Amino acid sequence: MSDAVLAVSGLTVTIGTRRGPARAVAGVDWSVQAGQTLALVGESGSGKSMSVLAATGLAPRAARVTGSVRLLGSDFTALPADRRRRMRGRHVGFVFQDPMTSLNPVLSVGRQVAEAGEEHLGLTRRAARTRAIELLDLVGIPSAAQRVDAYPHQFSGGMRQRVVIAMALACEPDLLIADEPTTALDVTTQAQIVELVADLQQRLGTAVVWITHDLGVVAGIADTVAVMYAGRIVEQGPVEAVFDRPGHPYTSALLAARPEPGAGGGDLVTIAGAPPSPHDLPAGCAFWPRCPVRGDARCEHELPPLVPVAGAHHVRTFYPQRPDGEGR
Amino acid sequence: MKRGEVQVPMQRGSADVVAELDDLRVWFPTSAGVVRAVDGVSLQVRRGETLGLVGESGSGKSTTGLALLRLVDPTTGSVRVAGQDVTGWSRRQLRALRRRVAMVFQDPQASLDPRRTVGSSIAEPLIVHRLVDSSAARRRRVEELLDAVGLRRDLADRHPHELSGGQRQRVGIARALAGEPDLIVLDEPIASLDLSVQAQIMNLLRGLQRDLGLTYLFIAHDLAAVEHMSDRMAVMYLGRIVESGTPAQIWREPAHPYTAALLSAIPVADPQVERERRRVILSGDIPSPVDPPSGCRFRTRCPQARPDCAETDPALVEVAAGHRAACLYAGEAVRAMRVS
Repeated sequence: MSDAVLAVSGLTVTIGTRRGPARAVAGVDWSVQAGQTLALVGESGSGKSMSVLAATGLAPRAARVTGSVRLLGSDFTALPADRRRRMRGRHVGFVFQDPMTSLNPVLSVGRQVAEAGEEHLGLTRRAARTRAIELLDLVGIPSAAQRVDAYPHQFSGGMRQRVVIAMALACEPDLLIADEPTTALDVTTQAQIVELVADLQQRLGTAVVWITHDLGVVAGIADTVAVMYAGRIVEQGPVEAVFDRPGHPYTSALLAARPEPGAGGGDLVTIAGAPPSPHDLPAGCAFWPRCPVRGDARCEHELPPLVPVAGAHHVRTFYPQRPDGEGR
Repeated sequence: MKRGEVQVPMQRGSADVVAELDDLRVWFPTSAGVVRAVDGVSLQVRRGETLGLVGESGSGKSTTGLALLRLVDPTTGSVRVAGQDVTGWSRRQLRALRRRVAMVFQDPQASLDPRRTVGSSIAEPLIVHRLVDSSAARRRRVEELLDAVGLRRDLADRHPHELSGGQRQRVGIARALAGEPDLIVLDEPIASLDLSVQAQIMNLLRGLQRDLGLTYLFIAHDLAAVEHMSDRMAVMYLGRIVESGTPAQIWREPAHPYTAALLSAIPVADPQVERERRRVILSGDIPSPVDPPSGCRFRTRCPQARPDCAETDPALVEVAAGHRAACLYAGEAVRAMRVS
């Protein structure tokens, strides 16, 4: 797809650790278009965050990243480090789970929002401050002109996350990376932030990659979704297709594991065991040891391919036709 | 796989009350003023039931749970456990209380001693409360408890860092079971676990309750989890209970505008539903517990607030059998929210 804002293909991340190499991400392909939201879903250790950090050149030093990354049409991985940094600063905004990892506690919020404008857009200090007030107002900070000189500790968690979103939007980025941005927030605050990002996206045409473990959030925000398990995509496609007709037993199980309000209190569907260690991945399908469907010896020993089941809906399986045994 | 539809409200007499809070207030003096963490909460936990307590950060739900163990001191009001008023109990007497009421915390990593083996952590309450008289008996009891929570016996010799998050939470549960308590306070027991592991722990807790006749106070911010786990539930906001009832009553007919907003904020894992959904988006943040609003505490964020909401502090009154709400316009306000 030529008009992708960000496209990764064959992205692989191996991290050198004391216990030997850990394969965090293995051959991942996805892309996101302008104005669209891609949701990356998975449990901790699935590689969802690492794949995005690697794609934007933010993987830890110990990581070896291979594969291709195209940002706004240019080969991002081939760029020298300083140009990469500038391109990222200019075109990509980041919102992480804990707003305090992005905020400097000893600088006023206005200064922090203004900084990006000065650095990447060449605004004067005065113009950047005016712009900071506009942005704080845009993200719904009440009386932004008064609060521009306040410090992060004077804001609540939800308000801090709004400040971080204002920082991320300061350069009118083409791409917004949101890594579990609402996980630490209360549900009513989460609803405010989700609404805010959707609204800004509509107005500014930003492409969004939203990383989350919450399938409810995904259903509300995503156009396309990629479900990750043990470093690989096990299912991806348009959000309705994946939620309505999940083709991978892992996706089905995740959808069924969540208590549904109003459904009464029977036992929940669980997935036995825990995900494999990235140091010691099974030879075949990484989900095989926990799989409720439990395919055959082929599943155990060979890696199933990611195959199309309908249109853009892909499932990693040897048996794309077979309806899954476990359902919602 | 369809889940059971049975939703029978518990009908029990007051003789079966295991723990009871009466008009509890827990205030903390701080440099910024007095924080009214809990500000007039009354509740009863009945034998064999799960009472769910749901609320957002700052609602006072955890402090309420801590008060039942007297891990915080009530400013006013009373705490009764197993028929005894424990509000004024001394430190020495409290040791007996801690056997009757056990607690499971959110982060098992933080609540387990990293230098102790799993077996020794589970055995600690057995020793403190003198429940076993020999090391052989102690080992047997630890093995029983490991079996009960679905852990292999050989894990007794491991240290917490060698376990997964789900396994550590099982150890926390085994430790809570050790003293055969009358009540287990579960404070956000699944909040730090992955989704598939959350389901395992919820199933385990329900299974143990069925087999051992346990009584739970289940505290969480996750309304769907509280609904799933509870026989009765209470919704807290800014130090008060604003609504209580059965999960079915709360889900189908929320009577308090805050509950309705909370329900509408929960994302549902269905793209069609989400697309057509009209959310009640609350404005602003929860007010400071140092200086709560006059009258109804929710009125500053309530989409249906009226002038007299600032004057009258609404009492928690019955709106249907076993269903209570603290709103001057209970029911009516929620209906108006749906229309607008």
